[in-house]
Amino acid sequence: MTESSTSKESKASYSDDIYEEVANWHVNTGEEKTYPKKASGKWRRLKWITHSIWLVLFFGPYLRWNGQQAILFDIPDRQFHIFGLTILPQDVWMLALVLLFFAMLLAAVTTIAGRVYCGFFCFQTAWTDLFIWLEDKIEGAPAKRRKLDTGPWTTEKVRKKSLKYLVWFIISVLTGISFVAWFTDARQLWHDLLTFNASTTEYGVIALFIAGTMLLAGKLREQTCFWLCPYARIQGVMYDKETILPTYDFHRGEPRGRLKKGQLVEGNGDCIDCKQCIAVCPTGIDIRMGQQEGCITCSLCLDACDAVMEKIGRPTGLIRYASMDEMEGKKQLPLLKRPRVLIYLTILTLSISGIIYGLTSLGHIEVKVLHGRSPLFVQRSDGTIQNKYDVKILNKTTDDIPIKVTASGIEGMVLKGAEKSLLARKGNTGSYIMFINAPAENIKAERTSITFKIVNLDDPTQTSSYESMFFAPKP
Amino acid sequence: MSDNSNPHGQTTGHVWDETLAELTNPPPKWWMLGLHASWILVVLYTLYYPSWPLLNGHFKGLAGWTSIGEFKKDMKEVTDIRAKYEDKLPGMSAAAILADDELKNYVIRSSKVLYGDNCAACHGSGGGGNPGYPALVDDDWLFGGSIDLINTSIANGRKAMMPKMGGAQLSTAEIDKLAGAIHNGTVVSEPLYAAKGCIGCHGPDGKGMAALGSANLVDKIWRFAAKDQLASIKATIAHGVNDPTDPSTRKAEMPAWKERLTDIQIKKLAVYVHALGGGQ
Repeated sequence: MTESSTSKESKASYSDDIYEEVANWHVNTGEEKTYPKKASGKWRRLKWITHSIWLVLFFGPYLRWNGQQAILFDIPDRQFHIFGLTILPQDVWMLALVLLFFAMLLAAVTTIAGRVYCGFFCFQTAWTDLFIWLEDKIEGAPAKRRKLDTGPWTTEKVRKKSLKYLVWFIISVLTGISFVAWFTDARQLWHDLLTFNASTTEYGVIALFIAGTMLLAGKLREQTCFWLCPYARIQGVMYDKETILPTYDFHRGEPRGRLKKGQLVEGNGDCIDCKQCIAVCPTGIDIRMGQQEGCITCSLCLDACDAVMEKIGRPTGLIRYASMDEMEGKKQLPLLKRPRVLIYLTILTLSISGIIYGLTSLGHIEVKVLHGRSPLFVQRSDGTIQNKYDVKILNKTTDDIPIKVTASGIEGMVLKGAEKSLLARKGNTGSYIMFINAPAENIKAERTSITFKIVNLDDPTQTSSYESMFFAPKP
Repeated sequence: MSDNSNPHGQTTGHVWDETLAELTNPPPKWWMLGLHASWILVVLYTLYYPSWPLLNGHFKGLAGWTSIGEFKKDMKEVTDIRAKYEDKLPGMSAAAILADDELKNYVIRSSKVLYGDNCAACHGSGGGGNPGYPALVDDDWLFGGSIDLINTSIANGRKAMMPKMGGAQLSTAEIDKLAGAIHNGTVVSEPLYAAKGCIGCHGPDGKGMAALGSANLVDKIWRFAAKDQLASIKATIAHGVNDPTDPSTRKAEMPAWKERLTDIQIKKLAVYVHALGGGQ
């Protein structure tokens, strides 16, 4: 009995040991609200600048180009207009390359400098920063906000809260409208909205964006980065020991301790445990515990710590961008000698070359030919063999153009249905039934390849050709 | 053993394999909210759409939605789009439709179903014909390949007659001779052709007559195509086509469609068939 109970005890303690390391690791799963303190400094300034890239979302749709909306993702007509370029579904392979490019850019940047996207460019961070900034303006510093939230419903509280939600709401509405404006004529959209004539889709999308913005930037905030965002976790695994990240220099900082009479205690490190780095952190983590999932590398703790270091007369950079190698005293490999960086750069170069190739070689007209079946060929009374074709002509230009179709491949063959020039409508695919008659004696095989060629009669440099088949009975 | 406190939370108090315990953590709040949202959605859904069976019928739903109603709405959408072409068709002849590029294109694109439902069973889905049924894609027409004649053929049907020539009229040797000449395309120079009266229907040039529906004997297309074409020709000469006196005669009849299809449908089919590749 004794023996058995001993082994039971040891097993029990073993099963608990697995988690011992993280037993005191506190993770906020949304049960407590984070009240980040307003930060200031060079990183904060840089972050406002990088966030301002999102102003493009708000103002982009009103750019005009040749009398049309400069950028318009016209989904119903399946056309993307980007500054005079028209991208049709046929060219969507370029979109795949664009996505590849940005995916690789994300990987490359992450492997070099961590979650730069999260901290400096992500819309979640940008909108949350803006919402918190407004919250700070309206409700005051973190301590005041906390008190207001826990306090009773006074007129003051109602006034502040309703003002805050009103401002947030206006931003959310503008966000929704701006998003929709990329997909439809922006001026018409405003007109329709103001006269209550917009479509249900438009109202629906705007409503979704209002709800999404209010929820994600107003309520969920850092919880989005913790639990909703897949990239947060993906980016974490792209780090390596050479990645520079906001790092607490524990060699310099430890042992930490408070100031005594305004002076560092002899033997203590530079960290005076003022907890300013935690106070400004929008995700509410302690950077001094090392790299962790909650860190979106927003660098605000760098600003906070530097300000304190300056105040106590110590060099700045106790928290700074540093790699794990640097912390371990190893030499940093130059960027271009890291295999990961080289691989990412190669893929980046390839994908951007593909995009450039695609954009410069966007055809003006395109022909595709479907061979008619059932029957594959027709015996005609004069001894010729007839095949039927469905000729599809795509006009990617912005004008209606006359098209001449010709075909070649068998001696003496006649193309019927292309005697006149055809009018190809702009941005449209026209489909034309054509026949080829070929003298039986000139047909050498059951299948002969023939080539269709189309020419824009207004601009003979614009051509396109397509290879199809001519079917005949066994000679 | 009944100790149900655990560093990770409340347990059920049951312990298996000495250390395994089951936590009684409540489900997360978002999960419970999702659960409640789900059943609320079910209630709203069943109120909005037809759902609950009642003693006499079923609950119709507050929205009045029905699947047949949605179908009719969709069909109306199609009809509305087609209206700008369809409205023009009643006053036009098949020839006039054919002459109008836009209408012709519309009819060709929209009549595939009509053709498939009514014509494809005999003439093949692409108009390639079937054994015993003529191809519509070639340029050989028994009763004429102009748009008006095609229209008449569909509306009134066609049935020609070729009397059987076997037995009293032609000996087996004569049939062989004629058949061989037809197969070679040289029947006009065969003396029997004129002597036995073939020329009366098939004409002095052997090209047949559209008014009678007699076949062209000198082109490359066979009305009754077969692997052994010579034997097929012999059988046709011997037993005739649609000859009521001969039980082995060839049967070849195009039924009339004017009772079953509207004028407009017939016009559409005429244009469609004309455009299959052989119209004249």
